[in-house]
Amino acid sequence: MMSVVLDYYNYWIVVFLMMTGFYVVISANNLVKKVVGLNIFQTSVFIFYISMGKVAEGTAPILAEGVEAYSNPLPHVLILTAIVVGVATTAVGLSLIVRIKRAYGSVEEDEFQDQDDLI
Amino acid sequence: MAELIDLVLLGMLAATALRVIFLRDLFAVVMLFGIYSFLSAAIFVSLDAVDVAFTEASVGAGISTVLMLGTLALTERKEKVTQHKSWLPLLVVITTGGALIYGTLDMPPFANPDNPVHHHVAPRYIEQSPQEVGLPNMVTSVLASYRGFDTLGETVVVFSAAVGVLSLLGIRRRREPASGLASESDNTGQADLSESDPGLRAHEVLRVIAKLIIPLILLFALYVQFHGDFGPGGGFQAGVIAAAAFILYALVFGIGSGFQVVSPNVLRWLTPFGVLLYAGVGVLCMLMGGQFLDYNVLASDPVHGQHYGIIAIELGVGITVFAVMLNIFYAFTSQTERVGQ
Repeated sequence: MMSVVLDYYNYWIVVFLMMTGFYVVISANNLVKKVVGLNIFQTSVFIFYISMGKVAEGTAPILAEGVEAYSNPLPHVLILTAIVVGVATTAVGLSLIVRIKRAYGSVEEDEFQDQDDLI
Repeated sequence: MAELIDLVLLGMLAATALRVIFLRDLFAVVMLFGIYSFLSAAIFVSLDAVDVAFTEASVGAGISTVLMLGTLALTERKEKVTQHKSWLPLLVVITTGGALIYGTLDMPPFANPDNPVHHHVAPRYIEQSPQEVGLPNMVTSVLASYRGFDTLGETVVVFSAAVGVLSLLGIRRRREPASGLASESDNTGQADLSESDPGLRAHEVLRVIAKLIIPLILLFALYVQFHGDFGPGGGFQAGVIAAAAFILYALVFGIGSGFQVVSPNVLRWLTPFGVLLYAGVGVLCMLMGGQFLDYNVLASDPVHGQHYGIIAIELGVGITVFAVMLNIFYAFTSQTERVGQ
């Protein structure tokens, strides 16, 4: 029983984090909070990839003497670049929020939707 | 023991994420998100992904938090209470989550060396890259050489994100674009801004500490940039760390002083320069008879060629990431100044 939990614990936490982020995205009314939710979702995917790359008894994929097993470097590369791309796209999202605030005077979803309906 | 650390850290991560749902104070939400990023960096270390941990710590816990705080300064600090139906999203989330948990049971067990993911291209990277590319850090080998094309694409995405932010917000150099002053030189505008915005200069401790650690941060960024072939690090991390040093300076001494150290005009040139340097190395390889980004032809010895190519493209990545991060920070902070008046 314990081994089953240890085998899948990382993946379950990933699913939990992913759903937490998803819930924040669809239920939050404030756009900044939605972006935080998106980032939580995104980080859960990162942890998922890195968990898949882990090898038991392995070490970081940097060549060293006396090391037999290395963890898989490929997921590390994919996620490393994804993190930097992620912050850049987050910045685009945040600047859209700033523009919405300037145009509607609010970043609460229902408030600027009401204003849109009036037009 | 390692499993226990993993267990505890992931549990803390879940608790932090859960708290975000219930908080209405957005300042606290952003701070929790900083903690969340830092915890995930710790998890990446325990899962052997040191390069990724490095990036997450500098980007997620550093730059992201600053940008979100900048947005909060321009919008509202509290989330308003609404009469949204909360059971419908909950239902959707529980159904999706249940399906995904059911799906994980088909996954191969965690950390088993026999998992399919470890038997595709990974053995080639692990066994051959020290000879083929000649670098101890396999992540750098894969990032810059085997998957160099992919990394070029990602650098272009980072570049276009900066273009997006600048076209949405732009960097405001003056507090008020007054009619008569518009044609005057930039210097008066900058002096104006730095006088009107003292930053946190009044705090002596901050000022002294910032002056002490900024050179160290820059030195560390250079180390990360050029030592990334041998240890964890590389252009992505170094660019972000260098940008963090200038962001700290601009926060403490005011954005006007920041503009005087690295002006937005310089950044405007640096941002595409890094991408062009990267692509230029690729074109140079083609001119020398190889394929795009095939560094083997850059020197008589293929391994030396790989070294030259990787140093050049990592520098390109570092320059672009540095310029993009600082550009984005300038764009957000210069708006704040204007709203704050």
